[in-house]
Amino acid sequence: MAENNKFEVENLDLFYGEFQALKSITMDIEANKVTAFIGPSGCGKSTFLRTLNRMNDLIDTVRIDGEIKLDGQDIYKKDVDVTDLRRRVGMVFQKPNPFPMSIYDNVVYGPRAQGIKDKKKLDEIAESSLRAAALWDEVKDKLNKSGLALSGGQQQRLCIARTIAMKPEIILMDEPTSALDPIATLKVEQLMEELKKEYTIVIVTHSMQQAARISDTTAFFLMGELIEMGDTNDIFSNPKKQQTEDYITGRFG
Amino acid sequence: MSRKTKDLLMKALIMFSTIFTVGVLVIIIGYIFIQGMGHLSFDFIFGSAETGGIWPMIVSTMYIVGISLAISVPVGIMAAIYLTEYAKQTKFVSLIRLATQSLAGIPSIIFGLFGLALFVRAFGLNVSILSAGFTLAIMNLPVIIRATEEALKSVPQSYREGSLGLGATKIQTIWKVVLPSALPGILTAVILAIGRIVGESAPVLLTAGVLKDLPTSVFDGGRTLTVHLYLLAQEAISPEDFQIAFATATVLIIIVLVINLIARFVSAKLDKTKA
Repeated sequence: MAENNKFEVENLDLFYGEFQALKSITMDIEANKVTAFIGPSGCGKSTFLRTLNRMNDLIDTVRIDGEIKLDGQDIYKKDVDVTDLRRRVGMVFQKPNPFPMSIYDNVVYGPRAQGIKDKKKLDEIAESSLRAAALWDEVKDKLNKSGLALSGGQQQRLCIARTIAMKPEIILMDEPTSALDPIATLKVEQLMEELKKEYTIVIVTHSMQQAARISDTTAFFLMGELIEMGDTNDIFSNPKKQQTEDYITGRFG
Repeated sequence: MSRKTKDLLMKALIMFSTIFTVGVLVIIIGYIFIQGMGHLSFDFIFGSAETGGIWPMIVSTMYIVGISLAISVPVGIMAAIYLTEYAKQTKFVSLIRLATQSLAGIPSIIFGLFGLALFVRAFGLNVSILSAGFTLAIMNLPVIIRATEEALKSVPQSYREGSLGLGATKIQTIWKVVLPSALPGILTAVILAIGRIVGESAPVLLTAGVLKDLPTSVFDGGRTLTVHLYLLAQEAISPEDFQIAFATATVLIIIVLVINLIARFVSAKLDKTKA
């Protein structure tokens, strides 16, 4: 195993019933980098992202072949504790999904689920996570207000804070800005710049500009296959495959 | 006919239907209140049966409501959680669903007959408040299950994903996020269940009997308000008898209204999905 790889994926196939959504995906995801998945709708990029924290387990009809290793350990082995995996591999979703409870309760939801009860410790986690998500100054006076009362961009940063509170090693982001306006998007992107110093980030995005702005590595998916993966600058300036070039120059997708 | 006339005619029809519905309701409730109010008094509500009061019936009714809810609400909610959150959607599960749906549509007297055979006779509980409570619990189970299932299904999948994505277990997810969000819906089901229990007469008549005494324990028989009303109306000869029946009906309506208002208030307080 290469020193700097967080995830190592080998020959991953995924089926929804009869339909094969991912075809023999093999890739490495490096630690402390931002890796972006791009590709047209339905290409499997979100599906692939959700295999990394076993979110696809929620769907009855999904079947998976192949291997995904996190720090060298197969995450699909029988004895793997899925809740522990998801604590290490946090996720931010496409649509902000704060729980219908207070801002404070949202942030400490994960730590509480892990059994942390000490009020002082929870307070510390709440403040540091909200600060890290660049939300503290906006909400510090209304921590007991409902998380649903925030604007869309604030809600998404609350969801990021909630994920950070778990002290994950990796943060998966599934089109985190697609439901946000440009200003809120900018704030979330600036936040990602900060987060990449501490976390390994894997982001699915619809926007090629976003991938180019924030990622170190880019992977291009098409029809369930990984077409090309490499340094973001290379992918956008000098793609090796014709399909990649067609996509980034806007010929389809 | 011009489009405008058609439009006007349709609007008139819709308005008439609404006025008719509301009107009938107002007339019924108004008539009962006017007939019954004259006889309402402290002694009537809190007096024993010998003095013509209905306190024993109110107590019996409350006992039966309490017992049947204590069983049907937790069991029904847990069954609904299994069906929506755990069970894979197989043929067997749809069979269970079909069974609960069919049970919800069965006439209540059949549950009464079943309760008479099982709880009263086979279990030897005799004609008692406990037998009636069990019988109505079984009658209400399918209704609670159905409504809870609907409430659970209306909870956004994104809440479940968010919670599981944070490393919470399935039980934690259901307990802390899914159930609280579904609570207003579940509560509505419980209100309807209370209404049904308070309103039942046939199965209660078969399983709790007609004894007019204040029950001292759940093993005693007891007469509920509706059974009392049924017997009063059946035996009524003089206009005064009818007035007592209407007064009883007034108390019944007030009880149901109060329960509804309390439940609505609680439901609104619990509804956290409105920021």
